[in-house]
Amino acid sequence: MKVSIFTTCMMDLISPQVGKDMVEVLERLGCTVDVPEKQICCGQPTFNSGYVEASWPVMHNQIDALAAIDCDYIVCSAGSCTAIMKEYPTLLADDPTDPNGQYMAQAKILAAKMYEFSQFIWRVLGIADCGAELTTVATYHRSCHMTRLLGERETPFWLLENVKGLEVRQLAGIQYCCGFGGTFSVKESAISELMVTAKVSHAEATGAAVLISCDPGCLMNIGGRFNRLGKPIKIMHLAEVLNQNVDERRIRKVSEVPTPAPAPFP
Amino acid sequence: MGLKTSTLPFNERIAAAAQDQFAHASIAKAQDTQYDKREKARAELGHWQDWRKLGQSIRQHVLQYLPDYLEEFSDNVEKRGGHVFFAQTTEEANHFILDVIKQQNGHHVVKSKSMVTAELDLDKKLQALPDVSVLETDLAEFILQEDDWDEPSHIVFPAIHKDRNQVHTIFQKLGYTGDNDPKHMARFARQYLRERFLEADIGITGCNFAIADSGIINLDTNEGNADLADSIPATQIVVMGMERLVPSMKEAEIMDNLLARSAVGQKLTTYVTFEGQQSVGESDGPANFYVVILDNQRSQALGTEFQEILQCIRCGACLNVCPVYRQIGGHGYGSLYPGPVGAVLSPILGGYEQFGELPFASSLCAACTETCPVLIPLHNLLIKHREVETDRLKMMHGFTDLQMKMVGKGTASPFMFNTILRFKHLGLAPWTHQRPMSVTNFFAYGGAMITNGPGMVSGWTDVRDLPAPPKHQDDFRVWFKQHKQQRGDTK
Repeated sequence: MKVSIFTTCMMDLISPQVGKDMVEVLERLGCTVDVPEKQICCGQPTFNSGYVEASWPVMHNQIDALAAIDCDYIVCSAGSCTAIMKEYPTLLADDPTDPNGQYMAQAKILAAKMYEFSQFIWRVLGIADCGAELTTVATYHRSCHMTRLLGERETPFWLLENVKGLEVRQLAGIQYCCGFGGTFSVKESAISELMVTAKVSHAEATGAAVLISCDPGCLMNIGGRFNRLGKPIKIMHLAEVLNQNVDERRIRKVSEVPTPAPAPFP
Repeated sequence: MGLKTSTLPFNERIAAAAQDQFAHASIAKAQDTQYDKREKARAELGHWQDWRKLGQSIRQHVLQYLPDYLEEFSDNVEKRGGHVFFAQTTEEANHFILDVIKQQNGHHVVKSKSMVTAELDLDKKLQALPDVSVLETDLAEFILQEDDWDEPSHIVFPAIHKDRNQVHTIFQKLGYTGDNDPKHMARFARQYLRERFLEADIGITGCNFAIADSGIINLDTNEGNADLADSIPATQIVVMGMERLVPSMKEAEIMDNLLARSAVGQKLTTYVTFEGQQSVGESDGPANFYVVILDNQRSQALGTEFQEILQCIRCGACLNVCPVYRQIGGHGYGSLYPGPVGAVLSPILGGYEQFGELPFASSLCAACTETCPVLIPLHNLLIKHREVETDRLKMMHGFTDLQMKMVGKGTASPFMFNTILRFKHLGLAPWTHQRPMSVTNFFAYGGAMITNGPGMVSGWTDVRDLPAPPKHQDDFRVWFKQHKQQRGDTK
């Protein structure tokens, strides 16, 4: 199975380790992984800030770059970026610089191949246990775009359930945004501060040593606030967790584990 | 004050909201309580997603044929002996209402809760009349009135920012001598209000839905004050936004269900009233029935990319799920219509000059879109506003604008992006410091942090630390190339 990694600008600029862990996990599970070279960013930083005209070239570049490499699936390390690329066909309907709908047609093909990392492992590869081990107490932060725009509420929890030694405690107020919101965190920093401070308090209250998420943006925001406040926590992307102390003999398929409960939270 | 509820600039309102520890706690508690009640009430109905689609289709149908339904409603009100006035502006609406009060020789006005009359700033206009008293009879609005006309901070729970102790102090000024038990205070208010209802000659109410095919209106309340306001005084003036119509009772029933479950987590509100001009043989209801239908820029949204905001039924669920509203409260928005719906609606009603900041006061988390009972894509409409302000009206200026345009260029060109990747570590070195870290594994290479970054980055580092970007040699793509070679790929 040929898999292209949708790197995201976050991974390129701040969090390379997430990409390395993703590649190692996916290769271990039998995928042939490649990284399309010309890809950059999904366009959310400008699009969501209202710079829509400036965003069309960003989206076009992304489409060209991902379409340049033959693959069965495209897997992304961020729920938010996955969600907007799935929305490309809708967004490009308003694109005056794509009058013949070429990009729109490509976007539809790409959107159908596009998966967020955790949902790809569970729903496409059918893997329930990646063989990882992490003996600690953790809590999971659910990102808004992954939950509400991509509609994926479950696979991270299900995969974490099968990590040996890991206890996951429920994060109170899990439905509330951490205050990242892309450029919102910069432009409306006073409001963002109130939101991320509330999230830090909730994470602290769980007593967890590790905060896990599937969106590096949220992790950078919450982690950055923890650090500013001088409070201890370990920040981990799910890919890092699933690449810890792996014993390949423990890898199990979805069909080999009991059917998990539906989303633990609404 | 009308649509605008504060004269303070946006950043000062946010700072004030951040300081208001009490309002914070009170709003958070109300949001959490409503969350449980609302989800339960919706689950009990079953097939919630289908109900939302039905609600959306009813509202969209009405908007599509709005002129026809307005005409039908107006004709039917007049057939029953009532009067309809179409007001394009708040001035026209106020002028008409004050005229009616004068004509009817009214002296004692009782009002039930109405956001549109707040939009008109009607209370202030009524107070200015000689020989006319005005009383808000919704308990929360009454509290605000007695607190020197404090501004509402929620469209369903206007006094959500006050606690029982504050209410206690307010009521003591009215002669209340009891304790701060909400039940005792409510009993006191009930008695106080009842006496004034009995002497009222003008009742002013809002309207949840106007029924086009029968010329009557539908009011959903929990206190019964609207029923007294429409049945005791000889004259009733209904004030409504021009979009609040349903074709018939059949659709009203559906909308009431969606509204009550979304707004207050109940199957139905305690009072679900359908009423209009008193007809022959009826023993109560207004002898003189007036309906004021207000445009006030609503029609500007018709036929535009913002039309869907007119589907809104003012349930306030989007406020109750909003993490920004949770932090800054209604007063932080500075608009009568706060929260996500307000951030979309206020610039339409009051313009971008007054409310241009509000569409940006959202992290686009989409909790609003997810909860809206009539499927308004609220977070997408916020992005639309941002696009209008940025691309079309060119309201963004200066260094931030320049930087955003650079971001656009940098993320569209592989050449430029590669250059950024090569120099990102060095480029930010002047702002990078080694500092003790409490957070481990924080994407940080060598433990370096940016604590007071340049340009837009400063917005980030005002609040939190930024891990320094890795050196180019540590980049993911560099690693992957080596990894591929080790893997034995020929390419």
